[in-house]
Amino acid sequence: MEIAVIDYKGGNVQSVLFALERLGCRPTLTADPEAIRRADKIIFPGEGEAASAMRELRAQGLDVLLPTLTQPFLGVCLGMQLLGTHSEENDATMLGILPFEVKRFPALPEYKVPHMGWNTLQRLRSPLFAGLGAEDYVYFVHSYYAPVGDYTIAEAKYPAPFSAAVQHKNFYAVQFHTEKSGPVGTRILENFLKL
Amino acid sequence: MLTKRIIPCLDVKDGRTVKGVRFEGLRDAGDPVALAARYAREGADELVFLDITATNQKRATLVALVRDVARELDIPFTVGGGIGTVADVEALLMNGADKVSINSAALHRPELIDELARRFGSQCIVVAADARFHEPEGWQIYTRAGTHNTGRDAVQWCREAAERGAGEILLTSMSNDGTKDGFALDITGAVSRAVSVPVVASGGAGSKQHFTDVFQNAHADAGLAASIFHFGEIGIRELKEHLRQDGIPVRL
Repeated sequence: MEIAVIDYKGGNVQSVLFALERLGCRPTLTADPEAIRRADKIIFPGEGEAASAMRELRAQGLDVLLPTLTQPFLGVCLGMQLLGTHSEENDATMLGILPFEVKRFPALPEYKVPHMGWNTLQRLRSPLFAGLGAEDYVYFVHSYYAPVGDYTIAEAKYPAPFSAAVQHKNFYAVQFHTEKSGPVGTRILENFLKL
Repeated sequence: MLTKRIIPCLDVKDGRTVKGVRFEGLRDAGDPVALAARYAREGADELVFLDITATNQKRATLVALVRDVARELDIPFTVGGGIGTVADVEALLMNGADKVSINSAALHRPELIDELARRFGSQCIVVAADARFHEPEGWQIYTRAGTHNTGRDAVQWCREAAERGAGEILLTSMSNDGTKDGFALDITGAVSRAVSVPVVASGGAGSKQHFTDVFQNAHADAGLAASIFHFGEIGIRELKEHLRQDGIPVRL
């Protein structure tokens, strides 16, 4: 199986590559349109700031290519937020593959921002989460979130529910770091590779 | 529900763990990768590696260590200790560190925090603050591995660090460190109330109850310790079971 991890200088991609290698895969880190089109599975990682990530995607023509892909696609963290239409983070216009608008968590006394640490998932509704339950934790680090909508396939609470994972056709994405979420995260990656 | 985090801290020098780690069944307690994997299996939520190497090979050995740890470890980890430039931080993040902590360099030139947060995002920039209590001045910030008093007020510095873009504060009480008498609840609570980012409490952990205290009474988001974990005085799983019984949300 050919797995393309999209390279757009979007922060720490090494952890995603290592997680795939631990599963016995040999992922390719690439921005080459041919290699991306040809791959069986696509992973779209991301960390950092939305507007500069979009600038880099546009500079490489990936903003045009990514929405046309048809193979199973997994966005991770910022790679999920970039699939929306717009982000409050520096007023960024995003890829628009999914209809959500990304918002900043409100500053509340008991709820620090970033939302950082291990949290549970609720209302799981996708084969991506096969074998997981209410007592399974995944690792989040983010200050912005996608609201819950028709596209939501898992929710988390901080303190209100938000989208922990979304899906539209072949485009799956998770807000948490599945590559850093212990055996639970590994299971989600394995589930994705079986799609 | 977001859980409180338990974070073992490993001191490393020239790519090896130091401070006499004693672990049954661990053939090489000086191997940071083996020790990290062991903590991850026991239920640690994150790890911190504090590099105390003082040679000019420091950067190369630390980058190699980060790569080896990231290849094996499936939980997040922070790297700190003498990190002072944007290039240092970039090399560590690109090789798999999830967060990088800066300390003396940020006090020497606070704009470094802004630059790092802009470049890499706040989520991976931790400011480590070492505080010591003085009469009558109160809690003051130290640098250079705790040898130099900056005269700066601890709460005021942590607030500035967060405003400049730190995504997390790692607050060590030097007055409590090594005492095993418990975390410094007053300064941890004061910093936690003063900043809108998560606060990791460090220094003084000696019992399971100390972790309950720092979460319930000082609003820490995470508790960090070294020796009590390394010497097996408290197991991570038993600590978390204790916390859950006390009504504190933990990942078990």
